[in-house]
Amino acid sequence: MAGGKPDFCPVSSHPTCRREKFRYGSGVAPAHSWLSTRKDFPILDQEVNGHPLIYFDNAATSQKPRVVIDALTHYYEFDNSNVHRGLHELSNRATEDYEAARRTMAAFLGSLPEEIIFTRGTTEGINLVARSWGEEHIGRGDVILLTEMEHHSNLVPWQLLAKRQGATLRFVPVTPEGVLDLSDLDALLDGPVKIFSMVHISNSIGTINPVKELCARARQAGVITLVDAAQSSGHCPVDVQDLDCDFLAFSGHKMCGPTGIGVLYGRRAILDAMAPFHGGGEMISSVRFTESDFKPAPHRFEAGTPSIAQAIGLGAAAKYLEGFGRSAIFAHDQEMADEALAQWEDIPGIRILGPRTHRSGSVSFVLKDAHAHDVVSMADQYGLALRGGNHCTQPLLHKLGVPASARASFYFYNTPEEIARTTGILRKIQAFFA
Amino acid sequence: MNLEELYQEIILDHSKRPRNFGPLPDATATARGDNPSCGDEIDLAVKLTPEQVEDLKFSGQGCAICMASASLMSLKVKGKSRQEAAGMAEAFRHMLTSPEELEPPESFGDLKIFSAVRRFPQRVKCATLAWRALEQVLSAEPEEPITTEEDA
Repeated sequence: MAGGKPDFCPVSSHPTCRREKFRYGSGVAPAHSWLSTRKDFPILDQEVNGHPLIYFDNAATSQKPRVVIDALTHYYEFDNSNVHRGLHELSNRATEDYEAARRTMAAFLGSLPEEIIFTRGTTEGINLVARSWGEEHIGRGDVILLTEMEHHSNLVPWQLLAKRQGATLRFVPVTPEGVLDLSDLDALLDGPVKIFSMVHISNSIGTINPVKELCARARQAGVITLVDAAQSSGHCPVDVQDLDCDFLAFSGHKMCGPTGIGVLYGRRAILDAMAPFHGGGEMISSVRFTESDFKPAPHRFEAGTPSIAQAIGLGAAAKYLEGFGRSAIFAHDQEMADEALAQWEDIPGIRILGPRTHRSGSVSFVLKDAHAHDVVSMADQYGLALRGGNHCTQPLLHKLGVPASARASFYFYNTPEEIARTTGILRKIQAFFA
Repeated sequence: MNLEELYQEIILDHSKRPRNFGPLPDATATARGDNPSCGDEIDLAVKLTPEQVEDLKFSGQGCAICMASASLMSLKVKGKSRQEAAGMAEAFRHMLTSPEELEPPESFGDLKIFSAVRRFPQRVKCATLAWRALEQVLSAEPEEPITTEEDA
């Protein structure tokens, strides 16, 4: 099955001994090696509308390497069975591989395996916290602190919770440059604030937020923290002990894994005290007609048959990424973003959203004479996959005075040559609509 | 027809210089249509008599396909009977959304160009937005803003 198990301390049950991090390789991989990663992604080798595909929609979902596709196929061809219940060989294998994936994800984040809950994705992880933790700890008059940069998935669950509980929402403002204005953070954290849920890297404008500092400030104020790591988990080192957050959620499919699988990390002491999310099989220890007892975390939060193949695929993806090292991937993203900013800034009538530095490889822009959807449809005619719209951050774009933007988002298999071709395509589109 | 030809044909002209664009002070009915994830917003103002669509104008912002569709619609529908206008709206929607490719009615004229949008499913909601607003006005229940997409 996909790879070996992470190297855990075999004899000790002491938590610190069981936290095993991936060992990073030699740091930044040499530039030429990124080009060779393209052969790992069968989908990249194709023409779209008569042009070689340029896939710049990685912030929406990344492509999948052969090792992940093989992990899924292998599971279904040889090991498919239900987990945690069968007494036969296939079920043993499925269970072992599923739990091995959990250990892999724990190593990926620097957590304990018990702190890893498999979800359907970031959205479900946040909803789980809003339901299971939120309904217990957030009451009438309490405050939920968010930022104005949140994806709808880190906004709407809190709106629903606030409405149910009679709580209010408060927001860390965003400046016109697209960064968080932290000048009033102490005041924002003051009062009956119970949780501060924040995005690590903005999906729509690429801002990288100082989440470690934000978590520390929240902790000083006695406020629980949740980090939305959807755009960061596969793009830069993310270590929950370093960030010192209470919860962290991300999706597998944006980091080379399958769809339908994600991870919610929760600090063990908090998870142990939390009520279940969904009720059903898998999450109970004993059931009577009128009440039940529940398993400890993480299984308490994984009702029903989980996404077994997808979890195994995600484990394979994490190992694949760690083969490069996420700091090396981050450095590549940075180079791509710098190159894109340098080349696109001269396009007549362009406005690039978000900051120039401390930004990710998601570059959002508006052309004066062409609506984002027209830009994206035209780009598609040249085999260039962009995203256009509000990127599920409608309030943020509204605040920035933009109804919709086009977005190019990079990953390690993208090349400077693709940016150069994109520059030509964008110039053609600009001239066409001017 | 590829997308570039589609744009070139008529859409660019109408999106850059939309006809019947602006306020209609003596409107008897209005409707708003929006596609939140695109940022398209069309405010349609119509002067209806018991029999006909006497006048109509629109305002708002949107992509080229959305604006051009609204502009061409305003030219086609003005002066038509309510029944004719409702029939055109229905035929336009069918032209873009029916599972089989339909031959657009002869009376569509320039509007026929939009049948090509059928092959770009993500853009169908752009092309139909103004028409959905018109259908709402004609069905005389314009309280709720209409949206032609499911999610945002």
